[in-house]
Amino acid sequence: MSAEHASGADHTQGGERDGADVPQRSLNSGSATPVSVVACANGPLLVRGDFELVGTDGQELPRTRRTVALGRCGASVLKPYCDGSHKLIGFTTDP
Amino acid sequence: MKQPTPRGEISALVLATIAAPAPTQEESLVQLGTLVAERVSGTPDILRDDDLQLALFCLYELHYSGIDDAGDDWEWHPGLLGIRRLIEGAFEQAVRSRVVLGDLPDSSSEAVCAELFRMTGEDAGPSMSRFVARSATEDQLREFLVHKSIYQLKEADPHTWAIPRLTGRAKAALVEIQADEYGNGLPTRMHSALFARTMRDLGMDDTYGAYLDAVPAITLASNNLMSLFGLNRRLRGAIVGHLAAYEMTSSQPNRLHSRGFKRHGHGEEAREYFDEHVEADAVHEQIAGRDMAGGLVEQDPRLLPDVLFGAAAGIALDVLMTQHILEAWEAGRSSLHHVGAVAA
Ligand code: FES
Repeated sequence: MSAEHASGADHTQGGERDGADVPQRSLNSGSATPVSVVACANGPLLVRGDFELVGTDGQELPRTRRTVALGRCGASVLKPYCDGSHKLIGFTTDP
Repeated sequence: MKQPTPRGEISALVLATIAAPAPTQEESLVQLGTLVAERVSGTPDILRDDDLQLALFCLYELHYSGIDDAGDDWEWHPGLLGIRRLIEGAFEQAVRSRVVLGDLPDSSSEAVCAELFRMTGEDAGPSMSRFVARSATEDQLREFLVHKSIYQLKEADPHTWAIPRLTGRAKAALVEIQADEYGNGLPTRMHSALFARTMRDLGMDDTYGAYLDAVPAITLASNNLMSLFGLNRRLRGAIVGHLAAYEMTSSQPNRLHSRGFKRHGHGEEAREYFDEHVEADAVHEQIAGRDMAGGLVEQDPRLLPDVLFGAAAGIALDVLMTQHILEAWEAGRSSLHHVGAVAA
């Protein structure tokens, strides 16, 4: 995904998984694809849709893809993104 | 793709046959049928049979980029497809007999995803990526790229065959992954293009198939496995499982590959292919396991065994390929079929 696309400023059809109640949208309608966050078992948070990813200073973080996996095990070397390290450290999301 | 060098009478006859117009080749096809029938029952190990694997690779290639001098009408020639089915049937049987599946999980997407992560997380023996990171010489890095080039220069293509065979959640997930593989509309960001850049950076030929003569049968077999799964609708579960396992064994290995290339002084451009996969495949493995493979099994639970088979088969052939390469390197030999073919 190009940097412009990743900014969340454009609009793309159909980010929904099941497509059940996604309203029809014109590509230029100005409305955004709703954001969905999947909490992956023993792994990252998978974020889809139109959103901005910013640091505490409000500045956009470097982002090269539309759907991202945000790490939550603390072991990634690509923070805030997941790099699969959760598997190596045996991270578990079980309570 | 340019015509490869034959490795025996079957691949020689396949290549000679498809280089001529179909109507003139009735006799060759009959002869080929006899030869192939004898060989598939007589070969000690079809996975390591250079002649059969190269012949099968060429027959599949007619569905991808084609082969120089082979007419386009060979692609769906019934006689030639019959030959292909003889070889791929024996190949599939050999792969199935090597793969042992454990107890099946239930058919919820979470259970399927968890089982795929379990399978891909098991210790599968010596690690290619650790070797690349720590010990590979510059020549070995180039050999490593030679083996990978057979697939990576058409990365994602075999799995793309599955798109029209899936629906709903599984299809959306596969397309989401493939769009990323194909650069999201930017040709220079295609993973195959990033791989080509790595090859060029090491002074290698990035033409598709340039090193086909250099790879051993097992490397061809791991490529043929993807085409077998991708080109047969009945194996749609297997191609999906294969892709899920592939994505799940990519992030960390690619980080190690990048480290190996950095160790030899290769810059960011050369390493971008690997670095890109670390982040991309950490995303893809979640989508592939849960939405694509899990989604497919939820839609059609009968496909569960084939999804797991596809994953296990991909892992099994990858292990054999790694063993072949590391054994050669540890013995101080080249892992290639024709050593001379790697010269830049
Ligand atoms: S959650 Fe994947 S690396 Fe931490």
